[in-house]
Amino acid sequence: MQSSDPILQTRGLSVYYGNKQAVSDITLDVVRHRITAIIGPSGCGKSTLLRCFNRMNDLIPKFRATGQVLFEGRDLYSPTVDPTEIRYQIGMVFQRPNPFPKSIFDNVAFGPRINGFRGNLAELVESSLIRAALWEEVKDRLTSSALSLSGGQQQRLCIARALAVQPQVILMDEPCSSLDPIATLAIEDLMRELSTEYSIVIVTHNMQQAARVSDFTTFLMGVEKLGGQIIEYGETRLIFTNPKDERTEAYITGRFG
Amino acid sequence: MAASHPQFDRRMARRQWEGRAFQGLCLLAVAVALALLVVLLVYLAHQGLSRVSWEFITSFPSRVPEQAGIKAALLGSIYVVTIAAVVAFTLGVCTAVYLEEYSVRNWRTRIIQVNITNLAGVPSIVYGILGLEIFVRSLGLGRSVLAGGLTMALLVLPIVIIAAQEAIRSVPPSLREGAYALGATRWQAIWHLVLPQAMPGILTGLILAVSRALGETAPLIVMGALTFVPFAPDGPLSRFTVLPIQIFNWTSRPQAGFHEAAAAGIIVLLVLLLTMNAAAIVLRNQFQRRPEG
Repeated sequence: MQSSDPILQTRGLSVYYGNKQAVSDITLDVVRHRITAIIGPSGCGKSTLLRCFNRMNDLIPKFRATGQVLFEGRDLYSPTVDPTEIRYQIGMVFQRPNPFPKSIFDNVAFGPRINGFRGNLAELVESSLIRAALWEEVKDRLTSSALSLSGGQQQRLCIARALAVQPQVILMDEPCSSLDPIATLAIEDLMRELSTEYSIVIVTHNMQQAARVSDFTTFLMGVEKLGGQIIEYGETRLIFTNPKDERTEAYITGRFG
Repeated sequence: MAASHPQFDRRMARRQWEGRAFQGLCLLAVAVALALLVVLLVYLAHQGLSRVSWEFITSFPSRVPEQAGIKAALLGSIYVVTIAAVVAFTLGVCTAVYLEEYSVRNWRTRIIQVNITNLAGVPSIVYGILGLEIFVRSLGLGRSVLAGGLTMALLVLPIVIIAAQEAIRSVPPSLREGAYALGATRWQAIWHLVLPQAMPGILTGLILAVSRALGETAPLIVMGALTFVPFAPDGPLSRFTVLPIQIFNWTSRPQAGFHEAAAAGIIVLLVLLLTMNAAAIVLRNQFQRRPEG
C-alpha cells in the first residue's frame, strides 16, 4: 500500500462529529499525478474523508479529527497550519456546481484576486478556462453571468476556478452527480487530461466512473459505530478485476450500495 | 367523470363555493384597506393641496396660519433620518454579520437573538427616554439633531439587524464553501460574496427602518425636540424639529388655517417617504441586476 511518491497521506485518521464517529483509522496514500477514487455506499464517510484533505470540515461545529493528514509530509492538522493557506494548494470541486453570481471572468479571477495575484489576470483566466476545456464555449461572453451556463459548463467553470489559483491537488466531491451523461463524459475526459499535471482525488458513488477514470481506488464501508473504514485499496484495475475482499466484490458487482 | 366510490362524499359544489367565498373575503379585505387609504388621500388633498407650494416648503413656521411653512421641520426630518439610516445600517449590518457568520451558536447567542427580536417590539417612547439619558445628558450632545438621529438609529436598529440576518442567512452555504476552497479568508468570503448577495434584502430592511424613523414622533418629543423652530439646523448640534411634530403641533391649534397647513405637511411627509423608498428600491435593483459583484 505504500507508494513511492505520495503527495497526500493519512495516518490512522479518525473523524468525529460530536460523539458520532464518521470514519475510523484511515491510512491511505494519494499518489502524485494520479487519480485516486474513493468509492463506497452512501453515508460511509467518503466526503468526510475528502474534506479532511483541505480542512473543509473545520467549518462544521463539533468536528474533531485524530491521527494525521500529511501534505508533502507536513501535518495539515498541526496547530501551526492555517487552513486558508492550504486550501489554495489543494483545490476543491463540489457535488453541485457552485459558480459565484458574478461574470464568467470574475468567477475564474476570484481566487487569483483574493490571493494577491500580480501577473496578467486576463491571461491566467484564459489559460485556466482552456485547461478546463471551457474556453471555446465562453470566450465570446466572458462578461455574462456564470449562472447563464449549463450545469456541465458550470462545473467546468468551477474546475477552471480551482485551477486558477495553481493548486497541486484537486479534490472532487461527486463532481458529476448532478450532470447528464454527456456532460459527465466531458468532465471525465478533462480529469484524465488534468492528471498529467495535478493529483486528483475523486469521491464517486458511480463505480463505472471510478473504473473509467481512476488509477487507484479505495473502497470505504461503514462499520457499526466506527464509521467508514477502508476495506480495500489498490490499483483500480486490480480492485475491479480481482478484488481481495468479498465485500468489495459484492459492492462492485452491484449486490449492495 | 371518475367513477364515484361509496366511501367518498366529494361534495364538489360545496367545496367550490367555499373556495369562491374565501376568495371574495380576501378581495373585500383588500378593498377596505384601499378604500380607507383613498379616503385619507382625498381628504388630505382636499384640505391641504392648495397650501402645498414652494413657499410652504421654504418658509419657517409662523404665528399667522397662512404664512406658516415647513422648512425647519423638513430639514430636521431629513437630517434625523439620514443620521439614523447611516448609523443603523453600519451597526446593524456588522451585528448581523457577527451573529450569522462569526458567532458560535450557544445559549449566549440565543439570548442575544431573543433580545434583539424583543427590542423590535419595545415602545418607541422607551427609546426616547434612553436617548435622553445617553445622548442628551451623558454624552452631552444636548437636545440636538445629532442626538435625535442617534435615538432614531437605536429605535430602528433591531429592524435592520433582523432583516440583515435573514438576508445573510439566505445566501447559500455553497457560495461560502466555494470561496473558502479557493483560499479565501472568512472576511473575504463575507465581503466579496455574502454581503453583495445579501444587499437587496438588507436594503429592504433599511427601507422599512427609514419609513419607521420618518414617522416616529414620541421619542423625539421625550428627548426634547422643539415644536416651534424658526431656523434651519446649521450643524449636528443644532436644535431641531421634525415633520410629525410640526404636523401634530398644527393640528392642535384652533385656527382652521393651521389645520390646512397640517394637511399640507402630511402631504409633504408622504412625498418624502415615497422618495426615500423609491431611492432605496432603485439602489436595491442595482444590486440585483449587475452580474459581477
